[in-house]
Amino acid sequence: MPDLTKQEPAAAAPVAPRGGTVLEVRNVTLKFGGLTALDDVSFEIAEGEILGLIGPNGAGKTTCFNAVTGVYRPTSGDILFEGASIIGLKKHKITQKGIARTFQNIRLFPTMTALENVLVGTDAQHTTGMLSALFRLPRHRREEEQGHARAMELLRFMGIHRKADELAANLSYGDQRRLEIARAMATGPKLICLDEPAAGFNPAEKVELMNLIRKVRDQGYTVLLIEHDMKLVMGVTDRIVVLEFGRKIAEGAPAEIRDNPAVIAAYLGVDEEDAS
Amino acid sequence: MKKLSALPKPAKILIWFLIALFAYALPLLELPILSTPDSDFASVLFTVSIYCLVALGLNIVVGYAGLLDLGYVGFYAIGAYTVAILTSFHGSWPLLLAIPVAVVVAMISGVILGAPTLRVRGDYLAIVTLGFGEIIRLVAVNTEWLGGNKGINNIGRPPNLGDEKTGLFEVPHLFWGDGTVLLDNKDTTKFLIFGYSDAVPYYWMGLTAVVLVLLADILIKNSRVGRAWEATREDEDAAELMGVPTFKFKLLAFSTGAFVGGLAGALFASRQSFINPQSFLLLFSILYLAAVVVGGQGNRWGVLLGAFLVAYLPERFRGFEDFRVLAFGLALVLLATLRPEGLLPPRRTVRAKQLEHELDELEEGAEPDHDGEETARA
Repeated sequence: MPDLTKQEPAAAAPVAPRGGTVLEVRNVTLKFGGLTALDDVSFEIAEGEILGLIGPNGAGKTTCFNAVTGVYRPTSGDILFEGASIIGLKKHKITQKGIARTFQNIRLFPTMTALENVLVGTDAQHTTGMLSALFRLPRHRREEEQGHARAMELLRFMGIHRKADELAANLSYGDQRRLEIARAMATGPKLICLDEPAAGFNPAEKVELMNLIRKVRDQGYTVLLIEHDMKLVMGVTDRIVVLEFGRKIAEGAPAEIRDNPAVIAAYLGVDEEDAS
Repeated sequence: MKKLSALPKPAKILIWFLIALFAYALPLLELPILSTPDSDFASVLFTVSIYCLVALGLNIVVGYAGLLDLGYVGFYAIGAYTVAILTSFHGSWPLLLAIPVAVVVAMISGVILGAPTLRVRGDYLAIVTLGFGEIIRLVAVNTEWLGGNKGINNIGRPPNLGDEKTGLFEVPHLFWGDGTVLLDNKDTTKFLIFGYSDAVPYYWMGLTAVVLVLLADILIKNSRVGRAWEATREDEDAAELMGVPTFKFKLLAFSTGAFVGGLAGALFASRQSFINPQSFLLLFSILYLAAVVVGGQGNRWGVLLGAFLVAYLPERFRGFEDFRVLAFGLALVLLATLRPEGLLPPRRTVRAKQLEHELDELEEGAEPDHDGEETARA
């Protein structure tokens, strides 16, 4: 029966809370020609954690996401998901293994309904092919039923179930953002990467989103969050990694990051010598 | 549409049954305005059914998966030539055995063409497929084994049912006199004799194929496969990142389209009994695409309507000689201007639902209805 806590590790969580490492980024360097977008970046995400990835514009946050989700292949270094390297895997394989993401610029399937968008996500774990569909074999029926139930559940979780039959293109901006998260969750991931989910939100909506991200984590997902809004990042994350010019300049709990002179320098644009 | 979907299931089945019955009976009714005065109506209807098949197949590739294919006639040719070779030129297989082989060969050629080329997108894919269609034709022109320019004749016919002279029974056509309708007992169709003069049995065969492909289309579209196609069309990168193996599904769309195209070509070859490379010009690829685009790519009913118009109108107005092509071109331009999404764009039902929703809100005095005029037409 599909439900929001179907992730096995989460069910076992009370015994071993914040268990092993879900994702390990190990000395990843990524170069585009002469430009070094990521320079020897390493960090880990523990299970059930909300990790914030912050940094000024152009620091390499989204590039880092793209490396994790297989869009770019690192020039050197390794990315381990649940202990196994995912370098060189096809993008859809990485998703099927359990890493889902949203996009900085919303990228829904505009002419499909909200429900269908989420169904595409649930299909990541399905195997119905042409013949199953054509002859309506039991597998097709089972997967359709499960997928629909799960998709509606996720839409309800996001509070947009009333709009299930609307085209994604016709949803409001905020609902499109919510739908993207629902679609990512539908792929059955262990790790969800949110790329600036609060972009364009007003303060009230941001508070709501913070609660939502916590709720997502409480469902047993691990969250990697890129965010510009410092307040939101500080409020919701367990740990923060700061990037600047492709390099990791700090890592630690939100309180530590807030007082870190290098981070302040990076954000306020002070020379590092002056800051230290 | 709203009324239709609100009907109880038995009523819906009855309506669809009546529509199908009407479609099958169409060449027998000889309806005065609909029938083509200058050419055999049943032959025209057979052509329409072939265009419908092709449009349904091409719609999977272009409409659902969003892959612009300008060489679709290539698969059609492969289906036709396979049947021609097996039943006449290099063998004497029965047609019913040759057709499955023809479709499989077309499908395999779809995979062979798709595997290297589906990595390119958009315009590039269009150019590659354009080349494919021409290559198939030129190979046929230049290969003696395929009959060269002379082509292949005596292509196999479907097996007859019943006695050669009468068939199992004879179905009379209607005769429309001045204000009276009579059964014309001299003009009959023998059930089921596939002769050269009477195209009605062929039309029935083509229509049956259309119905079967249409059913398969509905079943596949409304499944994981159909969703994967649509997602790939909408945003290939996003689809891939949502776990859709886009390359696999694009190849599947391509080979499914080739399958249907091959089937259409096989039926066409059997009816014509003669094919040569002239039957597979680039022009046809464009016409097929026109049928899909005019009707509304992505909507199966739209492309059927488009196929009907593209195949039927030039025959209906054959009397106008060369002007009919001009008129046809003008009609296309007008359509492109007035209804750029096609006559029946997809998602009418969703819009209708949306309208319902908006009307509900209107009744509560919430929001004015913007789309009233648009959907009133639908």
